[in-house]
Amino acid sequence: MKEIINLPVRSIEEEEYHINMGPQHPSTHGVLRLVVTLQGETVMKVQPHCGYIHRGIEKMCEKDTYQQIIHLTDRMDYLSAHINNHAVCLLVEGALEVEVPERVKYIRTIVDELNRIASHQLWWCSFGMDLGGLTCFFYGLRDREHILDIFEESFGSRLLHSYYAPGGLMQDIHPNFQKRTKDFIKYFRKKIKDYDNILSGNVIFENRSQGIGVMSKEEAINYGVCGPSGRASGWECDIRKKYPYAMYDKVDFREVLSDKGDTYARYMVRIDEMRESMKIIEQLIDNIPEGDYSVKMKPIIKLPPGEYYQRVESARGELGIYCISDGNKTPVRMKFRTPSFVNLGVLDKLSRNMKIADLVAIGASLDLVIPDIDR
Amino acid sequence: MAFNIYDFTSFTQSIDEALYEWLPPFWALIVEMTIIGLVFLIGYAIIGLFLVYAERKVCAFMQNRVGPNRVGPYGIFQTIADFIKLLMKELVYIKNSDKLLFNIAPFIVIIASFMAIAAIPFAKGLHAIDFDIGIMYVIAVTSLGVVGVLLAGWSSNNKYSLIGAMRSGAQIISYELSVGLSLLTIIVLAGTMQFSEVVELQSSGWFIFKGHIPACIAFVIFLIASTAETNRGPFDLAEAESELTAGFHTEYSGIKFAFFFLAEYMNMFIVASIAATVFLGGWMPFHIGSWEGFNYVMDFIPPLFWYFGKTAFIIWLMMWFKWTFPRLRIDQLLNLEWKYLLPINLVNILIMAFIVLMGWHF
Amino acid sequence: MNSFYTYFADIFRGLKSLLIGMSVTGRYFFSPGQIVTQQYPENRKTLKMFDRFKGDLMMPHDTNNQHRCTGCGICETNCPNGSIEVISDRIELPDGKKKRIIDKHIYHLSMCTFCNLCVKTCPSDALAWDQTFEHAVFDRSKLTKILNKPGSSIIKDIE
Repeated sequence: MKEIINLPVRSIEEEEYHINMGPQHPSTHGVLRLVVTLQGETVMKVQPHCGYIHRGIEKMCEKDTYQQIIHLTDRMDYLSAHINNHAVCLLVEGALEVEVPERVKYIRTIVDELNRIASHQLWWCSFGMDLGGLTCFFYGLRDREHILDIFEESFGSRLLHSYYAPGGLMQDIHPNFQKRTKDFIKYFRKKIKDYDNILSGNVIFENRSQGIGVMSKEEAINYGVCGPSGRASGWECDIRKKYPYAMYDKVDFREVLSDKGDTYARYMVRIDEMRESMKIIEQLIDNIPEGDYSVKMKPIIKLPPGEYYQRVESARGELGIYCISDGNKTPVRMKFRTPSFVNLGVLDKLSRNMKIADLVAIGASLDLVIPDIDR
Repeated sequence: MAFNIYDFTSFTQSIDEALYEWLPPFWALIVEMTIIGLVFLIGYAIIGLFLVYAERKVCAFMQNRVGPNRVGPYGIFQTIADFIKLLMKELVYIKNSDKLLFNIAPFIVIIASFMAIAAIPFAKGLHAIDFDIGIMYVIAVTSLGVVGVLLAGWSSNNKYSLIGAMRSGAQIISYELSVGLSLLTIIVLAGTMQFSEVVELQSSGWFIFKGHIPACIAFVIFLIASTAETNRGPFDLAEAESELTAGFHTEYSGIKFAFFFLAEYMNMFIVASIAATVFLGGWMPFHIGSWEGFNYVMDFIPPLFWYFGKTAFIIWLMMWFKWTFPRLRIDQLLNLEWKYLLPINLVNILIMAFIVLMGWHF
Repeated sequence: MNSFYTYFADIFRGLKSLLIGMSVTGRYFFSPGQIVTQQYPENRKTLKMFDRFKGDLMMPHDTNNQHRCTGCGICETNCPNGSIEVISDRIELPDGKKKRIIDKHIYHLSMCTFCNLCVKTCPSDALAWDQTFEHAVFDRSKLTKILNKPGSSIIKDIE
């Protein structure tokens, strides 16, 4: 207790003042509250305050069966809902030592990557909007709509799908799924050039992002900043490469890395990741094997007593699920290691001595999803 | 010349003479001013509302959207509906704000833009007041608006507003220089500051063509600097929606907000009309050297049409900037002015002076 | 001289990048055919949701006003939010056996998260998704629906 008190707390100095960014602020994308200490326009300190959208998902998981948990993990990082569900499914399948059919693995990989592209598209448009280019917002959403249509046709909903189930999938993919996905890839390969033209190469954007919020590899590892933000600092932290699951060990894709570590690098890594995701989908979409879309599971799943950990690469970074089971139909404890919460931690470090406009750019480049922070 | 039929001088003069015949000089002046004031007030409202509509439509088309299309055909009454809504909204009074300054600020902004519009020639003879230092007057008056912005930010008792206002102050002080210098380049070429003469001089060719490259550079710089002066994107740092929520007018509601909103669009119109007048020949039709037939046909298009066409083109250009580019940061904004625009501008004036001295212009 | 060169090179590179950006928005401005907005209330007639769209839970009834629900309550236990309540009765069959039949199948749309578990786990395929999506009502109680129609009965061969 004594040590906590003795921590050097940066007190407010002369000519400094606080402003509250959020909980209602256009660029926190949700109900994140940042207490920013400013000197003029220079950010001296950022204190994130979480908890405005805390729904107690971890606690709710303790009364839900493993099938029911799926609909809760949807709602953590709602932009990569499929990938969150994938983590739960892998955890349950791993604990029960169930081998899912090849077809399921293929479909899960494709859908995950589609979800990743959709998430990055929304990130791209909100990033553009945070920097003041409102047109980006509409272009990003326009292209995301195509993915959502694919999802809607196959899974029945656009954002919170609850499509994966322990042991396989809820239902088989729609007959149009493959055709629509291929059409989308063709369409998006054209449109992603617009993204580059309107934002990536723009001199104003380059000035706004290059050299802003530089994070070294050591810092990324120390703070545990994972996902595209960590890879922009040169940290090879892609779970898909390190601990492959589903089809990721059989497809050929590049782990996008950059050694700059600034906002621009984080931006470019995500843009390139969209291209890599398209590459993965192209490799798989034509060879989905015939077969069952699910293995027969018991109506009530009971995990053997023990502790389990499963991680997947969500669109924002490493999503880890830690689960303790006592052999009942519900878990004793579910802990989600969500990427946004960990990535938020580095915001203060990156944005010190930057301008308030840079704080917005850095925050946007970390790609925070607020329900993912609070859970 | 053919466009004598569009000459409003005799029309305005006859009204003027008739008034002075009927009334004593003092009352004639009062009546005259009232008429002009009313005409401008109506014109102001119509142009402002139309520009809001135009901006929404232009940005919608750039973003693959339809834009307002519910109120009236193609949504043309949308802005009027919005305006009525703003009129009916509650005026929120802020605790611990400086009441007087808080209430005055929107009026200062709107009066500044109102004053500037007086000096702009809409057509031959359609001119509220023709100063012999018209350009100077417009520059001086348009920069008054920043006082309103500063007061709004200061008196709102809100840190976001204050940051926005301070940004706006720094921005206008620096970009005022570029606006002035780029206009000065043309004044060097024209040799006069009177708007009517500036337009007359362009009967043989617009200044942007007459003045070779320096005039083009001055035009580009004027466009950039004037966009910054009107606080529009990509220079909308005073408002900076994603950083400062709404900047200096965060705390304003209802009709006071509408004043700021309208003034922004009117400033855009004024700036565009100055650019049209000084660089693109104002109400002067498009003429090509010795093509008599072509020039004759062009003369039949009314000068008001030319004037509004050119202004609309420049406004469209400014909207195009706004809806394409991300916003600059405050230090980059000042860098752009002091390290790029200002030196280029100074050299540009020298080149222009040299060209005029040697008589190389058309 | 080198810094002089980079100064102007920067300006022209910057201008070029800005013009490239403007060409994108300019192209879209002059191609209104690419507008993607749907005019929603006008296109209501032609607006067709996908077959699998999860709009509203329903219980399909055939022409004889018969459904397939046995009232077993599996959907109720599987629902994570408690948005389904099955109220069942026991009736005596002519041969003396007792049988459970459904009295009311209550569905709270306001609590539903469309997780699909009830439809998936139903042993007799009695539930399905409707494609309606206009759920807005002025009174919350209207979101509570009774899925089995009045006077309906169970199809004979379902056990």
